[in-house]
Amino acid sequence: MARQAISADQLLQGFDAGKGALPGRGLPWLANLRAQGRERFRTLGLPTAKLEAWRYTRLRPFEDTQFRPATEADGRINVDVIPALLKGAAARIVFINGLYRQELSNVAGLPAGVSIEPLAKALAAGSGWIADHLGRVAGETPQAFFALNTALMDSGVVVKIARGTSLDLPIEIVHVSGLTDRPIMYSPRNLILVEEGASATVLVHHVGLGAGAYFVNGATEVDVRDGGSLRHYTVEAESIDAINLATAHVRVGRDAHYEAFGLAVGGRLSRSEVSIRLAAPGASCKLNGAYLMRGAEHCDNTTVIEHLAPHTSSREVFKGVLDDESRAVFQGRIVVHKGAQKSDGHQLSKALLLSAGAEIDQKPELEIYTDDVKCSHGAAAGQLDAAQLFYLRSRGIPEALARNLLVQAFLAEAVEEVSDIGVREAMMDKVVHWLPAQCYLQEQWRGR
Amino acid sequence: MAATAQTALQVRELAEDRYKYGFVTDIESERAPKGLSEDIVRFISAKKEEPQWLLEWRLKAFRHWLTMPEPQWSSVRFPALDYQDAYYYSAPKAKGDGPKSLDEIDPELLKTYEKLGIPIREQEALAGIAVDAVFDSVSVATTFKAKLHEVGVIFCPISEAVRNHPALVQKYLGSVVPYADNKHATLNSAVFTDGSFVYVPPGVRCPMELSTYFRINAENTGQFERTLIIADKGSYVSYLEGCTAPKRDVNQLHAAVVELVALDDAEIKYSTVQNWYPGDAEGRGGIYNFVTKRGACRGVNSKISWTQVETGSAITWKYPSCILQGDNSVGEFYSIAITNNHQQADTGTKMIHIGRNTRSRIISKGISAGHGMQTYRGLVRVTAKAEGARNHTQCDSLLIGSKCAAHTVPYIESKNPKAILEHEATTSKISEDQLFYLRQRGISVENAVALVVNGFCREVLQQLPMEFAVEAQKLVAISLEGSVG
Repeated sequence: MARQAISADQLLQGFDAGKGALPGRGLPWLANLRAQGRERFRTLGLPTAKLEAWRYTRLRPFEDTQFRPATEADGRINVDVIPALLKGAAARIVFINGLYRQELSNVAGLPAGVSIEPLAKALAAGSGWIADHLGRVAGETPQAFFALNTALMDSGVVVKIARGTSLDLPIEIVHVSGLTDRPIMYSPRNLILVEEGASATVLVHHVGLGAGAYFVNGATEVDVRDGGSLRHYTVEAESIDAINLATAHVRVGRDAHYEAFGLAVGGRLSRSEVSIRLAAPGASCKLNGAYLMRGAEHCDNTTVIEHLAPHTSSREVFKGVLDDESRAVFQGRIVVHKGAQKSDGHQLSKALLLSAGAEIDQKPELEIYTDDVKCSHGAAAGQLDAAQLFYLRSRGIPEALARNLLVQAFLAEAVEEVSDIGVREAMMDKVVHWLPAQCYLQEQWRGR
Repeated sequence: MAATAQTALQVRELAEDRYKYGFVTDIESERAPKGLSEDIVRFISAKKEEPQWLLEWRLKAFRHWLTMPEPQWSSVRFPALDYQDAYYYSAPKAKGDGPKSLDEIDPELLKTYEKLGIPIREQEALAGIAVDAVFDSVSVATTFKAKLHEVGVIFCPISEAVRNHPALVQKYLGSVVPYADNKHATLNSAVFTDGSFVYVPPGVRCPMELSTYFRINAENTGQFERTLIIADKGSYVSYLEGCTAPKRDVNQLHAAVVELVALDDAEIKYSTVQNWYPGDAEGRGGIYNFVTKRGACRGVNSKISWTQVETGSAITWKYPSCILQGDNSVGEFYSIAITNNHQQADTGTKMIHIGRNTRSRIISKGISAGHGMQTYRGLVRVTAKAEGARNHTQCDSLLIGSKCAAHTVPYIESKNPKAILEHEATTSKISEDQLFYLRQRGISVENAVALVVNGFCREVLQQLPMEFAVEAQKLVAISLEGSVG
């Protein structure tokens, strides 16, 4: 059977029937926004390798799979155990195949000033501030899948941390997908507003059940106002045939701080595209990530950090481990605009190739339009250090365990950047469980 | 007010005087009619008395060129080129059948080269460098032929090689840069007029540095030279290339192609000091330097090393590359690029690792001042078979002034777990501490900047042959005059 590239129209087809069922119907501004997104998606079309941002990632999975929109029945499936990552969370919101499951979630006991609601509920309740922010943080972008999400958004949460409110414990958002009769698609849209001087931690956890295909086309907009602070973590542990495309736009205000960490441990195709704008003096961000791929998985991290104002700083560390035939892409761009004097940007991308079939493509980019800056980037690719392996083995550590230890140590440089201790431990646990089975020996060996 | 006006005047003088190679030599020249068409391609080929296969190759390239779009991916910006508004062939009017020896060369021409610091006559006795000088479209003199002939090295204009060594030319021409490679290289394939040809036979270490000096003299001409260097098994050659052009208000196109082939155990060292006219302080005029340079390490243990100092040209678009096919072969790229005033440069390299244990090293130093715009664009690709491949890349950018720009765009692709790739890049402004220290010791700002920049470039300057290193150091200083303070 010859493979055929699908068109943007084909991807939209299935949705026209159920258009009325999308949340927020009856809101003219939203209908307008959706129409714009739809038009934009059709104009842009599906990305091809000719687009620099998609140079190394193909949309082959779309060629052999037909996706239908997720229905309420898909969301009603029974899930015995919610794969929550955190023991102590301030609140937990659970979606199954895009549907908000109130009985599985827990948003009680949140302090005043913190509001967390599923998108559909927030739109129905008519929270006015959403109209002012949705689609506005990102502005016009040439990203087809972001436009598609704007047209079809049917899931996700809106979070608002009011001025001066500080929430210590993380908010956990769990997206469970899979176990449907046919491949489904849904489009979570998250909006996070951290007002002046407020701070919060949000962990978004995507997890796949079973081995079926599905497509999550997520989009997130984050606005961290002056003096605010947000720690924004994501874990993508999708099923082996799943596609997860995530596009995020972040605006960081004066003396505000944004910290992000993304861990990708599975999925046929997972792509995370993050754009951060350091919009006012003193704004800073940390954008870190780790990916562990095996089989024929493909992972793509494409990031842009824009220094738009003086005295802004950014740090970026991405580390990846590739086994079997897996492939990873890292494209990181730091842009220092005119007038953003005394900007400081550092970026590091390192990949470990464990097998002969694996491939890594890296493109760290610096784009500097002013002189008083300190910017650097580093990129490296290689295999496990034979000398280190030998050292461990000479101390009586079996080879498989020694390899695991080295991989774990390699990733630690990125994972340790997670400043929330609970989340960091959860991330490290995910890493350890990804490693080949001998890792359990290691836990014994560590006396855990 | 008066003082400001005076300073402005001084700066202007400085900017204009800086380019000391901006003179025009008044020489009668013979030109092909303006414009570009199949007829022109045939005209050039006929002028050069070329064999049929070469004419056909040129025409094939020309027809393909017509179908190619202008490359849009680089960061350089310029108005669309009018290919019809240029002469594609310009030659100093020949007396009879062309020069048989130096005595027959037009004395005006020799004077030109003396002004440029290439005394063709004296060079023979003093420097021991064999020179092939190319003036507009033709090669006017090659020195040291006899001595090179003794050891079997062929060093001659490529048009002569086509006549005297057709088998070699036919075998290697276009084998590294195929005729359909890219828009500029394809144009070159169609209309190339001259350039140098070097063949070093097996086991021979070329006894002297070979050198070519290119000069664009006539107005509205493009220079399309084609250089082909073949180092046979176990041989070694070092090749230097220098370029200048007169000052003109219009932009002139220079689209050259350089092909290098290194067979088993052979080594080629290729150094360039490119000082084409960069245009004036407002960005008028200057050369568009769109060059395709590529070397193939075909044999085992072969090595190709590129060193370039790019100070001139209004726009530089150039990516000297190495295809590392032979096992254990080595590719190197050392580059200094300086953009001042309104100059733009998009330069870098490609290292394609195909053979096992291939190694490559990239050191790129970019300096951007004034409204200069500079991009390092590089590719390191390790194919699945390139076991044990090793790459180290370092590219640093130095910014002087708040209106310039520097970009770093490396592509790093690895398909082999046994390969080790490292890339490091930094961008920073010229250190105020260092400048202060030097100023404190009574060194003028200009000299202090030159000193700091030369220190920044040292790793690359060291790679140049001695005579060139001295010239390059001076060039670095001259290029940045007037950029601070």
